[in-house]
Amino acid sequence: MSQRVGESASQRVGESASQRVGESASQRVGESANQQVSESANRRVVDSLTHLSSLIPTLAFLGLFFFLPLTRILAFGLDASAVTLDNLRLASHVLFFTFYQAFLSVLLTLVLGLPAAWLFARYDFPGKSLLKALTAVPFMLPTVVVAAGFNALLGPRGWLNLGLMNLFSLQDPPVEFVGTLGAILAAHVFYNTTIVIRIVGSALSQLDPRLPEAARVLGADERRAFRHVTLPLLRPSILAAGLLVFLFDFTSFGVILLLGGPQFATLEVEIYLQALSLLDLPLAALLSAIQLACTLAFSALYTRLARVQAQTSPRPRPASYAKTLRQRLFVASFTLLLIAFFILPLLALPLRSVTQLEATRGDRTQFQAGLTLDFYRELFVNRRGSVFYVPPAEALRNSLLYAGTTVLLSLLLGFPAARALSRQTRLTRLLDPLLMLPLGASAVMLGLGFILAFNRMLAQPWLVPIAHTTIALPFVIRALQPALASIPERLRQAAANLGASPLRVWLTVDWPIIWRAALAAATFAFTVSMGEFGATALLTRPEYPTIPVAIYRFLSQPGGLNYGQAMAMATLLMAVTTLAILLIERVRLPGGEF
Amino acid sequence: MKRLTFLLSVFALLLAACGGAEPAAPATLTVMTHDSFSVSEEVVAAFEQANNAEVVFLQSGDAGSALNKAILSKDAPLADVFFGVDNTFLSRALEAGIFEPYKSPLEANIPRAFILDPEYRALPVDYGDVCLNYDVNWFKERGLALPQSFDDLLKPDYKDLLVVENPATSSPGLAFLLATIAKFGEDGYLDYWAALRDNGVKVADGWETAYYTDFSGSSGRGPRPLVVSYASSPPAEVIFADPRPAEAPTGSIVADGMCFSQIEFVGILKGTRNRALAEKWVDFMLDTAFQEDMPLQMFVFPVNGQAKVPTEFELYVPSSYTPATLDPALIAANREKWIEDWTATVVR
Repeated sequence: MSQRVGESASQRVGESASQRVGESASQRVGESANQQVSESANRRVVDSLTHLSSLIPTLAFLGLFFFLPLTRILAFGLDASAVTLDNLRLASHVLFFTFYQAFLSVLLTLVLGLPAAWLFARYDFPGKSLLKALTAVPFMLPTVVVAAGFNALLGPRGWLNLGLMNLFSLQDPPVEFVGTLGAILAAHVFYNTTIVIRIVGSALSQLDPRLPEAARVLGADERRAFRHVTLPLLRPSILAAGLLVFLFDFTSFGVILLLGGPQFATLEVEIYLQALSLLDLPLAALLSAIQLACTLAFSALYTRLARVQAQTSPRPRPASYAKTLRQRLFVASFTLLLIAFFILPLLALPLRSVTQLEATRGDRTQFQAGLTLDFYRELFVNRRGSVFYVPPAEALRNSLLYAGTTVLLSLLLGFPAARALSRQTRLTRLLDPLLMLPLGASAVMLGLGFILAFNRMLAQPWLVPIAHTTIALPFVIRALQPALASIPERLRQAAANLGASPLRVWLTVDWPIIWRAALAAATFAFTVSMGEFGATALLTRPEYPTIPVAIYRFLSQPGGLNYGQAMAMATLLMAVTTLAILLIERVRLPGGEF
Repeated sequence: MKRLTFLLSVFALLLAACGGAEPAAPATLTVMTHDSFSVSEEVVAAFEQANNAEVVFLQSGDAGSALNKAILSKDAPLADVFFGVDNTFLSRALEAGIFEPYKSPLEANIPRAFILDPEYRALPVDYGDVCLNYDVNWFKERGLALPQSFDDLLKPDYKDLLVVENPATSSPGLAFLLATIAKFGEDGYLDYWAALRDNGVKVADGWETAYYTDFSGSSGRGPRPLVVSYASSPPAEVIFADPRPAEAPTGSIVADGMCFSQIEFVGILKGTRNRALAEKWVDFMLDTAFQEDMPLQMFVFPVNGQAKVPTEFELYVPSSYTPATLDPALIAANREKWIEDWTATVVR
């Protein structure tokens, strides 16, 4: 018996398992539901047109603020003269490394992220919401700050090396971390695990528990039910998270420069060197076109792989405390692992920000003591009387204002787009990868494109949330789309047949199923905006700096107070973002209790 | 369809609300510059008041990025004035033709050696030297003598002690590379760097990483006691410390030919709509009020001979030494090739 369940629920879930394991798990449901609708073919055409028309604002937005600048700079830079043997050799060399590190990074991120998503979706434990919020914090930290955190922990004079050196009385630091491929991979996992936790986690808590239960009843053991039922059902969200993580790592820039060092170059790093240092725009444009083509190819592959699987989920399984010994072991060990991986590097910054450093200078191989609040006090002093000084409250206000607008704007544009994309037609399959492009396009080239396209309109503060929205949109859409697609059309139809207005249908059918995904989307948009530096620095006026911009300003000057203030600002950024994420997750809008 | 109309109108409203026109009363002067630019509030306010103008600063990345953005937008300039192109990149700006000539009356106060463009398309504003900085305590504790020449750095005593910036991504990194080219010539500098690489030189992407992550004399507690930074970094370590130490925790090595002078220039961008105001701003930058404000804002020296340098600055910056020099025309012709060859030798 169990043998049969195993076979049928495998890859072919859509084909044969549907009859046995439960109809709703299959893709057929969507199709058969559609067949029911097809009473009136006309209505369907009108319906799908309405649906696609809801994509128009999003497409117009991206057209103006993404495709226009990108086209301008590529048209300006692309030149046949760049296609030489030397350049192609360079391009293929860089492309290989870019793929290699991105592939390894995604793999490691999934290895850590999937069990973590399971942990957060299935189990309750003390401090859960705080830990979950903290795993999202790295996502918005500027790279210099993350590099400082890793250095304090694993650098040649970091805690680990100092500890080992003191313990075994070694002369030289035993662990080499900074400047290795390992550092790059660790930083990528550190940054992106939250994507997997949030996207797969929201799918997991939305999963219909009857499906794996049915498999268990039919005789499959727990592992088999997971492998053959749960996992296939999670596939769209795992692929969505995997794609986002991949695109992030594929276009990685700051991490490579700061933690990898000059011997490593991704496409984005090489584009930066060619465009901004060597002023070889044709080569930069060529590399950028290669990068875009790869992004498109991967997004298209994703669209093919991630098929929609509609499933009813009247009563998703709530998280509970671990019961069996094995569950307890899993929860305890994985919580500790997450704390070690996420909290320790994050802790380094607040510690630095209250550590008196001047007194012990020169005594670098000892642990340092001596606490101070000087750096926080100093934040409120414009010591140089500089025109670029910003009081911390003002930087905070700017950051929150930009982030709030970004959340609103990206949800407003993301919802209709995700809804339209959740119905698969040939057109949406074509549009889907295009909407992913902002994540995989070169930020350097886009910045230059903004200069060409908007020119004197730069330095308008309102361009900042718009730029942040172009970056946040792919996240919002990817976070919402699997949830929206999981809603069986027949539920909406049933509600409509019973006389519910479209708004009511949305509130009673859609919302209860997607609010978790909506929260994940809002969290992404918020953190993207809070941490963004490149576009902000280019677009904002110096009078309205955000916290990351202020951090960079401190770090560009020598002096203990400047370094300390950068750490204090980074601590502030972490604290505010953690609080905001906790708040966002507390929100329970009407219908959320379903 | 209703929702769509609603969305569109919200979007339109949002755009309209945010993009509201600014009052046109005082003329606006836009100054494009790099991220390290800084100036006192009251100094800018004085200019704004005297000229009924509003000055907007456009910080556009590090020195190299800012210049390349100015070049990219030369057909429709983003600003009226550009400040911050240095002598290692000046030729690129002049070749691209982004500046309009302007012979400010104040150039009379500037030593001839600083004026590199005889057509006055770019006028010098400040200068500072890129030198090795060392961690004073580190060397004192070990009783190790300071390296006094480039060749010293190849000795086993100094193995794994030095961190430099990548000349492809960092302007002090490029200046230091040029100093070694001035010393060893075009034929010899790659051999020197290969030897330096074998002696454990570390390359960081930029000044921030080199100084705060790798250098042991900074608050970042790095492991290496020698870093490529500025002659003016030690006074900054004193000024930005509370309480101020009696002696700087770091020092500069200014042995002959080991430092490289960076001169920064200002120019009026071709196509400005505010030529008269732009001229006033250039004059203003060369005048004593701004020139005397610069040292403690940007840690550079004024080019105007009449401007006084603050005492704490003079105290910690060594005064008489000979920096390396390199013909600007030679730099212009070879800069990219040198950077590429260096990259192939040292990091790839």
